[in-house]
Amino acid sequence: MSAQASALIEVRDLTNAFGAQVVHEHLDLDVMRGEILGIVGGSGTGKSVLLRSIVGLQRPTAGSVKVFGENLLSLSPEKRSQVERRFGVLFQSGALFSSLTVLENIALPLIEHAGLSRDEAESLAVVKLALAGLPETAAYKYPDSLSGGMVKRAALARALALDPEIVFLDEPTAGLDPISAAAFDQLILTLRDALGLTVFLVTHDLDTLYTICDRVAVLSQKRVLVAGDLTTVAATPDAWVHDYFHGPRGRAALQASARLTENN
Amino acid sequence: MSKPFYMTSALQLDTAASPAQLRISGDWTLPHYSQLARDVATMRPRLDGATAVHLADLQALDTSGAALLADLLGAERLIDLAASDASLTPARQALLNSVGAALRTYCQPEKPKPRAGLADVLAHIGGFVASLWERVAALLGFIGLVLETLLRGLFAPRRWRVTSLVSNIEQTGLDAVPIVVLLTFMVGAVVAFLGATVLANFGATIYTVNLVAFAFLREFGVLLTAILMAGRTASAFTAQIGSMKANEEVDAIRTLGLNPIELLVLPRVLALLVSLPILTFLAMLSGILGGAVVCLLVLNISPTMYLTILQGIEVQHLLVGLSKAPVFAFLIAVIGCLEGFKVSGSAQSVGEHTTSAVVQSIFVVILLDAVAAMFFMEMGW
Repeated sequence: MSAQASALIEVRDLTNAFGAQVVHEHLDLDVMRGEILGIVGGSGTGKSVLLRSIVGLQRPTAGSVKVFGENLLSLSPEKRSQVERRFGVLFQSGALFSSLTVLENIALPLIEHAGLSRDEAESLAVVKLALAGLPETAAYKYPDSLSGGMVKRAALARALALDPEIVFLDEPTAGLDPISAAAFDQLILTLRDALGLTVFLVTHDLDTLYTICDRVAVLSQKRVLVAGDLTTVAATPDAWVHDYFHGPRGRAALQASARLTENN
Repeated sequence: MSKPFYMTSALQLDTAASPAQLRISGDWTLPHYSQLARDVATMRPRLDGATAVHLADLQALDTSGAALLADLLGAERLIDLAASDASLTPARQALLNSVGAALRTYCQPEKPKPRAGLADVLAHIGGFVASLWERVAALLGFIGLVLETLLRGLFAPRRWRVTSLVSNIEQTGLDAVPIVVLLTFMVGAVVAFLGATVLANFGATIYTVNLVAFAFLREFGVLLTAILMAGRTASAFTAQIGSMKANEEVDAIRTLGLNPIELLVLPRVLALLVSLPILTFLAMLSGILGGAVVCLLVLNISPTMYLTILQGIEVQHLLVGLSKAPVFAFLIAVIGCLEGFKVSGSAQSVGEHTTSAVVQSIFVVILLDAVAAMFFMEMGW
C-alpha cells in the first residue's frame, strides 16, 4: 500500500466481553482504503465478533470503532443507515432471505435504498448477478434450491448491490470445493480492482490468504498480534503463527501461490 | 435525420459531424439511475455502429452506470471502448471491462410466467382438494407409525426416554398451568354471568351452578384446554422438529442408526398424553371456581350451598369430559410432530407448517368434540 493510504476503519482500544469471558482486550486495527485485509486466528479468537463490532451489530464493552471516521453506534438511525449503505456484508452462511428469489434478494436494497422501480432494480440486479458469476438460470430460484457456491455468489451480489466501498466477507470460501473457492478468490480480486473495493476478509483458508490478501492481521491473545504483509506476519515469533503458516497446509499453500506467480 | 443535435442531461449526440459524435458526461451512478435509464432508452435507437463515443467528460462511475453504458453501446463495444479510450483511468477501464465481460455472454433470465387468474384459482382449489386426501393419508400413516413404535418400545424399558419425557411434561404441562387456570377461571365467570342473566327471567338463578358445572365437566374444561394446547404445544412441536429438519438434525439422527419417531415424537406424544388430562382436570376445577366466585358475589349463593349442589351432579359427567382428553392430546401431538417433519429447508416453510399444525389440530379437536357430544348424548351418558 502506498504512503497516502488512509484508514477507512479505525478500531481503537476495543474490548468485547460476554459475561466473564473476554474476547477482545485493547484491540487496535486499521483497515486501509483499497486493500484486501485478511483476518486469521484460531477458532474462538473472536474473528466474527470483531466483524460484528465493526459493522455495528455488536456493541463493544469498551473502546471505539470508526467506519469512514464515524462511530456507528453513536449516530442517529438515519445517519447510521446512510453509512451502512456504504458497506456490504457477506455472512458466513449467506443469509439470503429464504422467502425471496435470488433476483429479489439482490433487488431489495436497490428498491429500498436507491429508490428504483421494481423493473429497474431487477434489470440492475441481473448485472450484479452476472458480475458475481451466477448463471442466469439461478435468477428466479429460491435460496434453498441453490448449491453452496451459488449461495455465496448470490450473497456477494447482494452485498455489492449498492456499490459499497467496503465489503466484509465472513469465511467466503468455507464449504466450497477447491475449484469454486479459487474462482471465488479471483472474483473478489477482480471486483476489488474493478470497483475499487476495500475488503475485510475473515478466513481460515490459507490459499485465499496467499493469493489475494494484501495484508494479514492475526488475532491472538485477545488482540491483533501482528498486522502486515504475509512475509512479516509469517516471520512473527509466535507459536500459533508459526504452526499456522509453517505447518504442512501453510507450506503447501505457499508453494502453490509461488507456482501461480511463476506461471503468470 | 431532421435534427443534427440530440441532447439529454448526460448524453449529447451530434449527427452533423461525420461520423456522428456521442459525448457522455456527468455522474453515471446509482442515485441518477432512473434518469439515466430514460436517457439511454431515448438515445439508443439514434446510435449506429459508426458513432464515435467520447468519455472524457464522464465524472463518477459505478457498476450501475457501467451497466447502463453496456445497455447503450452493447457489451462488445464497451469492452473495445475500455481498451481504446485513453482518457480512462486504469480502474475505470477495469470496471468497464468487468461489466462488459460479465454481460457479454449473459442473456436476460427468463421470467417464470405468471399464471392466468381464473385458471390459477381453479388449479389452486384442485391442488388443495388433492392435497387434502394426501394429508389425511399421511396423518393416518403417521399415527400408525407412532403407535407401532410405541408398542415396540413398550416392552424395552432401556429405550424409554425418561429424561426427555419429563422435560416435555414440564414444558407442555407444568408451564401451561397458569395460562390454562387463568383462562378457564375467566370463562367460568363469564358462563356464570350468562346463566345469572338468562335464568333470572325464569326465577331459576340457582341452576347457574348446574350450568357452570355441566359445561365445564363435560365440554369446556377439555375443549378450552385442548384448544390452548393446540395453539401452544402443537406449534412448539412443529417449530422444534421443523428447525431440526431444516438443520439436517433429523437426517443426522437417522444416519446414527436411531429412530426419529422414538427419539423426537414419542416423548412429545406421551408428555402431552400425561399433561392434557391433568390440565383438563385443573381447568374444570378452575372454571367451577370462577363460577363459584360469580355466584357468591352476584347471586349470593354461598360456597357451602354451591358445593352441596355440585355433590348432586353424577361423576359420569367428569368421566365423559376426561375421557376425551387423551384422544385430543394424542391427535394434537401427532399433528404437531407430523407438520414438523414436513418442513423443508426455509424459514418460510417452518412458518407455514406451524400455522398449518395449529389450524389442523384446532379443527380436529372441535370436530371430534362435536362428534363425541352427539355420541354421548345418544348413549345417554
